[in-house]
Amino acid sequence: MTEALRASVATDPLQPGAAERAEAIHVWNLHKKFGALEVLKGVSLTAKDGDVVAMIGGSGSGKSTFLRCINFLENPTSGVIRINGEDVQMVSDGEGGQYPANRRQIERIRSRLGMVFQNFNLWQHMTLIQNVIEVPVHVLGMKRDEAMAIGEQLLERVGLSAKRDVYPAFLSGGQQQRGAIARALAIQPRVMLFDEPTSALDPELVGEVLKVIGDLAKEGRTMLLVTHEMKFAREVASHVMYLHNGIVEEEGPPEELFGSPKSERLKQFIRTVS
Amino acid sequence: MADASIAPAAIAGMFDLLSPNPPGWGGNLLRGLANSLQIAVGAFGMGLLIGTVGAYGKLYGGPLVRDIAAIYTTIVRAVPELVLILLLYYAGTDMINRVLESLGYQRVDISGLVAGIVVLGFVQGAYATEVLRGAIKAIPQGEIEAARAYGMSPVLMMRRITLPAMLPHALPGLANLWLISTKDTALLAVVGFSELTLVTRQAAGTTKAYFLFFIAAGILYLAITLFSNVILAKVEQWARRGMPSVKEAR
Repeated sequence: MTEALRASVATDPLQPGAAERAEAIHVWNLHKKFGALEVLKGVSLTAKDGDVVAMIGGSGSGKSTFLRCINFLENPTSGVIRINGEDVQMVSDGEGGQYPANRRQIERIRSRLGMVFQNFNLWQHMTLIQNVIEVPVHVLGMKRDEAMAIGEQLLERVGLSAKRDVYPAFLSGGQQQRGAIARALAIQPRVMLFDEPTSALDPELVGEVLKVIGDLAKEGRTMLLVTHEMKFAREVASHVMYLHNGIVEEEGPPEELFGSPKSERLKQFIRTVS
Repeated sequence: MADASIAPAAIAGMFDLLSPNPPGWGGNLLRGLANSLQIAVGAFGMGLLIGTVGAYGKLYGGPLVRDIAAIYTTIVRAVPELVLILLLYYAGTDMINRVLESLGYQRVDISGLVAGIVVLGFVQGAYATEVLRGAIKAIPQGEIEAARAYGMSPVLMMRRITLPAMLPHALPGLANLWLISTKDTALLAVVGFSELTLVTRQAAGTTKAYFLFFIAAGILYLAITLFSNVILAKVEQWARRGMPSVKEAR
């Protein structure tokens, strides 16, 4: 680990170590409807600093939607979301849904959540280093030199120093996703959100991305991870949630959940994916 | 301009007519060209502004905004440009003066330059709206989503992500609009604005050297286009900096 990163970890109050770990994300009874289709039927979750929560489940189980509701890429139909101890104010849209009352509050919350997408979503008109410093400089108001220094360290850390001036279209999927992780880390996020980060990758590229995510988990990063990689979830997660048809069918520590699943559906799910 | 001393004597007279100093008409032609270029640049710029607002309105606006934008683009693209120019130029200036008079102000003479820019810009805006709307739709939506997910405000997102990302998709269409804009200035001859075509007609009518002057004007229009092509190619190359070459995918 580089000098500056170690310093940032040491002074980061969000890192675990303190006896009382603060609550980073609290979601209660979240519902989400797309028209008549109810995708989430009351999902709750609490993540404290340092927690690694893995969400697993079949396709259509609502796990990605749940993650996207947390930073309001989707507006939840009902439910409570509290991030950094801040309750998100919602107003009714008059059609049974709701949307955030205060755009600036949402923007502030989002700028502290490092989202990593299935399809990387790097900005194609910017080089890798420009992608990494974009949000620190233009959203968080960091000085360019400072952002550059941090950005270069982050690229080194994900093994992409040599590619700093390359445009995303000229990188492999694995490289793009590692770059996207560097972009997320650059905002010094309170929580990292991973939305199936390896699902769009060729099999031989999955390992390099999981390695980076695994290292982040080891150093105590708070993360929510939607994934199909059961072995990986079992290794890195502190808590696993199994979603089925929009409800949490079963949850608990990974050993318990994978070692002795209680529900018949989870047993079957584990058999089919492993 | 051409140096008469090195030209054969038979066509030396032609170049006298094109001389930049009176009695040559070259100077008038160049002033007409300058007027045309000013109008083209102004109208294209105004069209870009209207087009950006229109495209955003059509894509992200509420029902009322979308309807207004749809009516604007439909009507402007349905009516012949010449009719629109006559309508907007005469009716528009008349309306402004009526409003001024009713408010107790003096009538104003609206300069041909300003009127020309506004009229052509209004027409360009309708086409630019559609070009930019298509270009914004061509941006991979994940990039827009990433900008939202990182807390960018709508204005910041437009400036940092949407506009630069749509530019490579918009440029071929915008290049068309620019070239059309340079030539549409000729339509302003009907309202008596001394742009290149009107000046050429005056020169040709006075000297009876029709062929010479219209060829000269044609060469000037061609020069604008050739020069524009060089610049546009460079801009497009820059805008596509993050994109692999199309040839590689062939």
